[in-house]
Amino acid sequence: MGDSTTINRVIKHIETYVDSSSSTSPSQQDASLDALAKLLLNDIITLELLVREMEMYLTTTDNIIRARGILLLAELLTRLSSKPLENKTIHSLIGFFADRLSDWRALRGALVGCLALMRRKIGVGAISGSDANAVAQSFMQNLQVQSLGQHDRKLCFEILECLIDSYPDTVMSMEEDEFVYVICEAIDGEKDPQCLLLTFRLVERLAQLYPESSTSLASYAEDLFNILGSYFPIHFTHPKGEDDLKREELSRALMLAFASTPLFEPFAIPLLLEKLSSSLPSAKIESLKYLSYCMDNYRGNEIQEQHETLWSSLKDIVLTSAPSSLTVGSGYQDNKVADEALVLVQKLIKQDKDPVSFLKLILKDVDVSMTLNNLSNYSNHDDITVKDKQRLNAVGRILHVSAAASVASCNSIFQSVFSELVNGLQSVMQEKDYASGGPKFGYLYVCVELLAACSTLVKPAEITYHDKETWCTMLHSFGPILTCSFVKTMKESTHDIYTHTVVMGLQILASFPGNFLPVSKSTFEEILVEFTSIIVLKFNNASAWRSVLNALVEIGSLIKKSDDFEKMASFDVIVVERMLALLSSDDLSMPFSLKVEAVSKIGMTNLKYMLKIVQELNTTISTNLQKYWLGGNSKSAEHAMLLLECYVEKVLPWFQNIGDTDNVPMHFALKIWNVIEDNTLFCDSLNEKKLLETAMNGMKHAVASCSEESQSMILDKAFSILSSNMSFQLNESMQRAEFSCREEWIISLFDSVIIALRPKTQGKNTKEILQIIMRALSNGHIPSAHALGSLFNKMPNDMQYFSLEEAMDITFNKYIVRFSNGDGDNEMGVSNLRLSNVNYGLVTSHAIIVGLAWVGKGLLMRGHEKVKDVIKFFLNFLISNGHRPISNGSISSPEDCQDLMSAVADSFSIIMSDSEACLNRNLHATIKPLYKQRLFNMVMPILLSSIVKSDSPMPHKSMMHRALAHVISNTPLSAILGEAKKLIPLMVDGLMILSEDVQNRDIVYNLLLVLSGILTDKNGQEVIVENTHMVIMCLTKLVFYKHMMLVRETAIQCLTAMSELPYASVYRFRLEVLKALSRALDDPKRSVRQEAVRCRQAWASISSRSLHI
Amino acid sequence: MSPALINANPVVYEKKERPVRTRPGDAAFDEYATELIDQLEFDCICIWFVLFLMFLHHIRDIKDPEHPYSLEELKVITEDAVEVDDKRSYVRVTFTPTVEHCSMATIIGLCLRVKLMRSLPSRFKVDIKVAPGTHATEDAVNKQLNDKERVAAALENPNLVDMVDECLTPSFE
Repeated sequence: MGDSTTINRVIKHIETYVDSSSSTSPSQQDASLDALAKLLLNDIITLELLVREMEMYLTTTDNIIRARGILLLAELLTRLSSKPLENKTIHSLIGFFADRLSDWRALRGALVGCLALMRRKIGVGAISGSDANAVAQSFMQNLQVQSLGQHDRKLCFEILECLIDSYPDTVMSMEEDEFVYVICEAIDGEKDPQCLLLTFRLVERLAQLYPESSTSLASYAEDLFNILGSYFPIHFTHPKGEDDLKREELSRALMLAFASTPLFEPFAIPLLLEKLSSSLPSAKIESLKYLSYCMDNYRGNEIQEQHETLWSSLKDIVLTSAPSSLTVGSGYQDNKVADEALVLVQKLIKQDKDPVSFLKLILKDVDVSMTLNNLSNYSNHDDITVKDKQRLNAVGRILHVSAAASVASCNSIFQSVFSELVNGLQSVMQEKDYASGGPKFGYLYVCVELLAACSTLVKPAEITYHDKETWCTMLHSFGPILTCSFVKTMKESTHDIYTHTVVMGLQILASFPGNFLPVSKSTFEEILVEFTSIIVLKFNNASAWRSVLNALVEIGSLIKKSDDFEKMASFDVIVVERMLALLSSDDLSMPFSLKVEAVSKIGMTNLKYMLKIVQELNTTISTNLQKYWLGGNSKSAEHAMLLLECYVEKVLPWFQNIGDTDNVPMHFALKIWNVIEDNTLFCDSLNEKKLLETAMNGMKHAVASCSEESQSMILDKAFSILSSNMSFQLNESMQRAEFSCREEWIISLFDSVIIALRPKTQGKNTKEILQIIMRALSNGHIPSAHALGSLFNKMPNDMQYFSLEEAMDITFNKYIVRFSNGDGDNEMGVSNLRLSNVNYGLVTSHAIIVGLAWVGKGLLMRGHEKVKDVIKFFLNFLISNGHRPISNGSISSPEDCQDLMSAVADSFSIIMSDSEACLNRNLHATIKPLYKQRLFNMVMPILLSSIVKSDSPMPHKSMMHRALAHVISNTPLSAILGEAKKLIPLMVDGLMILSEDVQNRDIVYNLLLVLSGILTDKNGQEVIVENTHMVIMCLTKLVFYKHMMLVRETAIQCLTAMSELPYASVYRFRLEVLKALSRALDDPKRSVRQEAVRCRQAWASISSRSLHI
Repeated sequence: MSPALINANPVVYEKKERPVRTRPGDAAFDEYATELIDQLEFDCICIWFVLFLMFLHHIRDIKDPEHPYSLEELKVITEDAVEVDDKRSYVRVTFTPTVEHCSMATIIGLCLRVKLMRSLPSRFKVDIKVAPGTHATEDAVNKQLNDKERVAAALENPNLVDMVDECLTPSFE
């Protein structure tokens, strides 16, 4: 038992909670509630003790304090829901709370308490049946639910629900009438959505609780339904944002309540039918949904009586809302009403019992039979009126869903219409002069709809088929005629819609599972043969060709899914083999791109086919490459390019998708290397740069998807070929030599391999590789720069015999002459580039600068310290003006120097921007987060100070700005905003200087975008305000930047944004801006003019004086 | 002013085909080509104008879900009512007052003129006319609208300027 201090604490907590004056905040009260619950949970005090301490609060005549006291006890019980309590305690507590239900002034606590106790699980001490009965009796006597507040009502409903759910026996033992009556009374007139949700559920549970024969429910059914019915359809008169979900929930709950008992049927069906004819589409959809759902739970007498009314309104809905386009098999995507109506039709037919049949209604219907009889009038698709198309579509869909409903319905539909349809088709076939556009479209369309319905009835999992069923026998007997007339139409029709419909029909016929007898194997094969011949011969009609190809793909993937070996074999022989032959044939009449498309699409249906196709692809690629290399055949080059693209875009991703990433790409890469090895003779005049690029891309993707082992295998192979070639053997002289074509191919593909390696792939010859690449780079071979960057990015830190530092030293020593100039600082400048051959100096030094930039990027991305050396070299190059005396005489003219400077400035763009070609995630780059910010922080202070103090000539200054602009426009905006104060003046300066030269226009645009980003940020605006004059001067100048429309447009948008800045800071520029804008109104581009109008208005309206007009 | 002008059965006209505009990034985009100021420029003006008429007649808030056609499809105002010649720097707008004795014809015309003056380069000459045979005092209105002095005088009147500004505000959004 608690000692006196504990009791004091308890009393204090109780007082805090009960205190209703404003001295305690709700959070304090919650805290004390939590504290008390904790004491009880940990058995520091007992419930009895607490109740005894609280006695005064529970019984006082002060209404407010009593209410708070009871609520405290109730809340505590809620929190103790899983703590075992003695039955005696529970009994006395529930007695107390049930009794308190009569105390309307302190009702909340009593409700919460009852609920908490009633919800207790048996294992921890629940209330007994008699206690529940007492609660129910007290509830019935004392509570007028609808007169209570929203939250109390909700609690009441929860109590009722709990009674029904947890104490069904108690409820059943009570006088039925009374309980149902109480519920009716409680829910009548409820308006709050949350409470409504509970009431709907309450009715549902109630109806499930009582047996159908219950008299009380039966006598109250009408009342109950009247209460419910008034909510249908759920519709919010004042919609708010999130209501849609709530509406769905409510509507579903109401639907469940509607369908809860068949006793509602006589009332629900007329109501739903009435709403079906409402003009509100949402009400229609709701009624259709409810009808479909209720159908399963009702006995159906009432529905059967209403069949005719129902059919006529459903027919109206489908006939009026069907779209007029006649594509087989598609639902009405945007027509929910018609879709729901068709679902209902299908449900009704599924429930057909013998004497009364909904299907008969449909078949006997005047409209339907009239349409079917008039099918022969709908001969030419183009001549059918929109209205007739709509009707045809509607009837087709109705027949489709009816046939798909059940085997029996399918039988009777086939019996009554199918033979006529086929006869109709056939009769037209036999006429001589149907060339006017193929057979009667109407027959065709309805036939295919019915076939589609059949295919839904046949499930591949079933072994035996109802071959005796009428529809199967009919299909069997008419099958050949159907196939024949379809094929004929497909071959002869020129009209797209005919071909699509017919191809669809044939596809359905071919897609029946193998053990489905009505469609024989020979029919299946015949269809495949016809399809394949269309693919091979009729490629001129693109849309028909596509639809046939798609049909073949569908059939192929269906066969794969059903594991039908017999059919798979036929498909293999008829389709796949033919396609492969297509690929290697020299027949040039069919465009090669179509061949590739067909082959790759067919291959994607099945791994077995794909492996075959990949083999063929590899061979075709290598033969085409060989032909090209030997003779410079441009046709072969084009073919090889198409094949390589297909490989990269379709085949490799497909294999990645199915999880097989190693074998196929490895074989592809090795195959290409083998071909290169075998072909030592290359034609001299190969100028297809694009083919080489495609091949490199293919190599990159293939190698990138390989595992480490395969990669090192490929690397070894490539290296052996590379080193067997004389001109790649290392000698110390840095002679620049022109690569022959073959060498160019070899080194480029080798670079691709290096670029795509995984970081963990170990090459044995890293040092040699590095040197070869560096030599290629000094020959001006740019892909080698990418390879160099990748090498540095991925080289492991812990290599034993060749470390990253060593590699860096080799690279630097090779390219850059360092000489200390006394103070120990290694100053490097343009003259430090080690160039051996004066004639090629410029090309080489360009390549070297690009190479160093990629090395820098690689190092930066992995977060290596050495990146500082590279950056330092670049910065010194920029800052040292390049006018050092040229020591080894390689670069002579100032123009060349200028050129190199701009290359150095652009190298910052290489370092900062993301690249598709290498060093990205797909190519396994090592990427540390925030590397851009790191570079920004490294470079910015140096560039800032040197630009500010530099008094150097314009061209030189502009190079620094160029570098700065590259860095700024590639850094994330958040980092820029932090430094905005220092950056804005420089950016403005940069914009002015850079806009002088046309070549810089993209840089100007990117920089301007950063400025507009700053303008839209709140902190950025503050910095802008300090520099208003400068920024506005710059923007008004850029409004007339004649080299790029986007710059003008963005400048004007920036000005518009600036008009929102504080009045005092922008007002004095008003006239100036308006003057500039009135000239911009005459801009050559419309979108600029429109921006100008908007901006002009914005600036004009910042003062009360209107414009000068 | 007439009461709400709801037309129960509007005649629906097909929308005109628009020439495709090129944007930067398209292959066909030419940075240095000039897009002439033509009737397309007045798309937004046309639509604004109809909105503005509705505003004048206090039916701006009425949304009619039964007729979800755009205003142009209803031919309340057409591109043909605007005649533009960029080379000769000339614009003529013909508008149709909603009723024959519409007292608002002049204010509509004034708004139209101000809107055009603000949206076009100053080299343009703007002519505003009431469609022939649609207004009782056609000549008087035309004369008033195209008299430079009278327009300038009208815009000296702060009340009028405020009204025009208020009417024009939605057109700049």
